[in-house]
Amino acid sequence: MNVTSSSTVVIGASAGAVQALLAVLPTLPAGFTAPVLVVVHVPPDRDNVLVPLLQAKCRLTVKEAEDKEALAPGVIYFAPSDYHLLVEADRTLALSTDEPVNYSRPSIDVLFESAADAYGENLVGVILTGANHDGAAGLKAVVEAGGVAIVQSPAEAYATPMPHAALQASPTALIMNLDAIASYLSSLGAA
Amino acid sequence: MSETIEDLEIQLLLEALYQRYHYDFRHYARASIKRRLTQARGQLGFPTISALQDRVLHDPAMLPRLLDFLTVQVSEMFRDPSYFRALREHVLPHLRTYPSLKVWIAGCSAGEEVYSLAILFKEEGLYDRTIFYATDINPEALAEAEAGVYALDRIRKFTENHQKSGGKSSLSDYYTAAYGRAAFDKGLRSRVVFSDHSLVTDAVFAEMHLISCRNVMIYFDRTLQDRAIGLFRGSLTRKGFLGLGSKESLRFSSHASAFAEFLPGEKIYQKREP
Ligand SMILES: C[S@@+](CC[C@H](N)C(=O)[O-])C[C@H]1O[C@@H](n2cnc3c(N)ncnc32)[C@H](O)[C@@H]1O
Repeated sequence: MNVTSSSTVVIGASAGAVQALLAVLPTLPAGFTAPVLVVVHVPPDRDNVLVPLLQAKCRLTVKEAEDKEALAPGVIYFAPSDYHLLVEADRTLALSTDEPVNYSRPSIDVLFESAADAYGENLVGVILTGANHDGAAGLKAVVEAGGVAIVQSPAEAYATPMPHAALQASPTALIMNLDAIASYLSSLGAA
Repeated sequence: MSETIEDLEIQLLLEALYQRYHYDFRHYARASIKRRLTQARGQLGFPTISALQDRVLHDPAMLPRLLDFLTVQVSEMFRDPSYFRALREHVLPHLRTYPSLKVWIAGCSAGEEVYSLAILFKEEGLYDRTIFYATDINPEALAEAEAGVYALDRIRKFTENHQKSGGKSSLSDYYTAAYGRAAFDKGLRSRVVFSDHSLVTDAVFAEMHLISCRNVMIYFDRTLQDRAIGLFRGSLTRKGFLGLGSKESLRFSSHASAFAEFLPGEKIYQKREP
């Protein structure tokens, strides 16, 4: 693994996501250089309320990911509801309306697997609270590509099945509480 | 990351499909193609993408099976109801001023969007003066579109969407249900021409007043998107309308300046006067 200022961060969360993200994303410092891509399971017919909510609290720009958009440093991108979010090898974003994966669209696995493919060891994957198993295969792909895998401690998580499944698939993943995740990420690529 | 052997195999397979069958996926958004080819390899039981390539080159019966992976057939009737409401409230009043109309549904999948537009045009009294062209590259999807039969368990969502789109009739007026399937009326396709047409390799074929191409170009890279948008530009009549999927836009296209944003929130554009 090779965590440098050229890292990219991918985060997946489901039940309990809002509180968990509020504990992590607002702590990222101005001047943070890694792009951050986030998949949260939200109901398909709902507009993404997380973007305005987090934008109000974060120092970094928070936006909904757009198709074919080039990744910019220090920007936090959320997958739009009802679309999968993928990263291309040329570091642009892609959306897709493929079938749901693990009953989810967007799916954490889809983002993590494409990001592992595009970034290899320059990737940090973080699985937070959630009540399903999405993200487990994705985090495994991050590990296999040589990236850093982090899982929110099940003892702390609001919903434990997602962290448990991720740890089962990737036993070597780092287990951290939210404040440790926040400081780990903050130390990445701070200019 | 550096290119892996699998990336190379994918590139070769796409080239083979093009040379052998003239299906051109070489400039589709690669991450998604890779995902689906990996699935195809696994589910069709090949050890490598190269083995899959060998088979599809020598066995044309493999082609439709592979096409089902390479083309995404996810759709529903009145998908994004606000789009259809916007057509009803803002676009159809303009179209009404023409004595005859042509509408192109590009990438129509199994026909869900076609029947939605046919119903909308019926409800607004424009159906009888319109010819609809419904095109796709997947022959099985086109056959399904022409049949207009859907699993009954999808109808609830279709009905809900139709109502949200401002539907003036009841969706059940347009289909007969039997044996777990809903068969849509022939009267909804009496003015529809279904045909095989690729936005990647084929040309303009008629002059259109409205083109609806939703969730197709999202699978293309920028170069291909630009080609498709050029086709739409060439097909549209002066002041004709172009509707895209809710996450698609003309933003990266060299043709952007040929269009005005008619209803930006719904990704509905209008071709400018030349
Ligand atoms: C996700 S579906 C969209 C269906 C419908 N328009 C909707 O929005 O619900 C994409 C469709 O585009 C078709 N397609 C893919 N490449 C195409 C091409 N080059 N030209 C025309 N259609 C294409 C696929 O076969 C598929 O039916």
